[in-house]
Amino acid sequence: MKVLRYLARNPVSLFGVVILLAFVLIAVFAPVLAPPQSFQLSPYDTPRAGFLATPQPPSPEAVFGTTQGQYDIFYGVVWGTRTAFKIGLGVVAISVLIGMVVGAVAAYYGGVVEEVLMRIVDVFMAVPFLIAAMVLTALLGKGIVPITIALTTFGWMSYARIVRSEILRIREMDYIHAARSYGASDLRLIVLHILPNAMFPVLVLATMATGSMVLSASALSFLGVGTEEGYADWGQFIAYSRNWIVGQPGNPFQFWYTLAFPGAAVFLFVLSWNLVGDALRDMLDPRHAH
Amino acid sequence: MLNYALRRLMMLPIVLFALSLMIFALQMSLSPTQRLAAYAPSPDYLKGGQESIRRMIEQYGLNDPSYIQYGRWIGGVLSGNLGWSETARQPVSTALMSLFPATLELVVLAFVPCLLLAVFLGSRAGIYLNRWPDHVIRIFTILGWSFPVYVFGLLMLLIFYSALDWFPPGRLSQWAQTVVSSSDFVRYTGANTVDALLNGNLAIFGDALRHLAAPVITLTYVNVASMTRVMRTSMLETLRQDYVRTARAKGLPRRVVELHHARRNALLPLATIAGMELAVMMGGVVITETIFDYAGLGQFAAKTAANLDFPAVLGFGLYFAIVLVLMNLVVDLIYPLLDPRVKTQ
Repeated sequence: MKVLRYLARNPVSLFGVVILLAFVLIAVFAPVLAPPQSFQLSPYDTPRAGFLATPQPPSPEAVFGTTQGQYDIFYGVVWGTRTAFKIGLGVVAISVLIGMVVGAVAAYYGGVVEEVLMRIVDVFMAVPFLIAAMVLTALLGKGIVPITIALTTFGWMSYARIVRSEILRIREMDYIHAARSYGASDLRLIVLHILPNAMFPVLVLATMATGSMVLSASALSFLGVGTEEGYADWGQFIAYSRNWIVGQPGNPFQFWYTLAFPGAAVFLFVLSWNLVGDALRDMLDPRHAH
Repeated sequence: MLNYALRRLMMLPIVLFALSLMIFALQMSLSPTQRLAAYAPSPDYLKGGQESIRRMIEQYGLNDPSYIQYGRWIGGVLSGNLGWSETARQPVSTALMSLFPATLELVVLAFVPCLLLAVFLGSRAGIYLNRWPDHVIRIFTILGWSFPVYVFGLLMLLIFYSALDWFPPGRLSQWAQTVVSSSDFVRYTGANTVDALLNGNLAIFGDALRHLAAPVITLTYVNVASMTRVMRTSMLETLRQDYVRTARAKGLPRRVVELHHARRNALLPLATIAGMELAVMMGGVVITETIFDYAGLGQFAAKTAANLDFPAVLGFGLYFAIVLVLMNLVVDLIYPLLDPRVKTQ
């Protein structure tokens, strides 16, 4: 109820929720919207209409047009939605898990353990994120599993920091002292009493990070180390458009569709996660309340 | 004060050591033959057949235990030899040094407008909380924050290069490149705009700016969002303080209270974020440089990462860690100047 009231008063946030739901629907109904051909080994292999080098404009057969090498842009955008959800949610879920364990262990044991763990966090923070992720993906090979592993390896640190500082803050609150006084063990305190209350900032951070992880994943594909050739992945399709930015003389926007559709998909996807994250923070943090 | 600065600097070797271990571990996951490529001065070297490859693996000790290889490798790095970069076909240190001015030039040109814009927009949004300027600024920043750099960059190319032909990619036009590499043109700094002015060559200066415009606009727009948000939140926080209310109560004009009393203090959190942001930008505007074919550190780092050119990746990693630590140090040192209440122990 509170959520609905908030959305009614914040049309921009409502817009974010609506786009996000639209993307969920596209992902769920991908087989209906863009049915794979029977000969495809995987629905994520984008079908090609021939091998012509030049992109072809939108037509009844390919409503968003085709890329160089005749990959169907509509198909790639639709199935790319599933890829985006898989990578975004996968990376964030694993990162949150690692971050929570590291942060909780650091806060719980304190002393040397905390010092060592937080220095490890510092070291990972000092690594150039995109370059490190590129190296790891290049080592592991192409595909969404290597991408997920690479982005997680270099992306879990902020959750560890936030969980640790939240635990340290909440630990000193009265209700924790009360729980301890009736004999709750430390582990029980952390898992049942402290972590649930430390989840709000983590939730906000995770929501916002889902969008930016999808950005990073498509950046990897864009830079040439992401998914296999023809895989339904927005970054891959944007990378295809790169050679076709300049049209023929007198027709500068000739190949607009190669950039417009996959570009809009990434942009709207990230935008919706950011708007939802922004709304969550407004609702959960009284300081931002209107 | 000095103690504090020294303690921060002490972190640097620890971070660098851990970083070197990490990169070394990644490197060791390749087979000796693959790693041999890093030592080969030219591809022909590896065409000598199985026997010569085995001999070279032996010669460079690529089958030795890991810790011995690490020791040998880190010994080289410590003596200032970062190794040979396959990608640049140059020693790593030479490549990094020659590309650094280009990235610095780009980042400085983008960071200054970014900072000014963030202060202006952020404080405006805070002052007009929930009124139309706040809404407009909020939408502007959220859009900027969600815009993938590569999509924005490609759009810039589409409009300002393909359609209008104002801002071409690269660092200089062909004719300008010829002038710059000639012996009459003195390379003082390696930054094209600065060198052009020092040589008194306005044509080159104009050409360099023409090439810088698109990446600068891209970087500014994409980075201004997060800084504006920090400024807005901080401004809101400050406007709620008692001393602001006091200043209003004693009858000072609104503008004076908002701009002189509140905004000054609201700048503090921005300094931290801006320092971080600057460090991250210095560490490679990877995508922007790649899109606009701007030969700087970011483009180089991306190429070396994709080629698994480990000596270069390590060199770049070391450079990035140093920039990050130094930038944090600078922020810590100027913080007490901005806010006398902060005393560094």
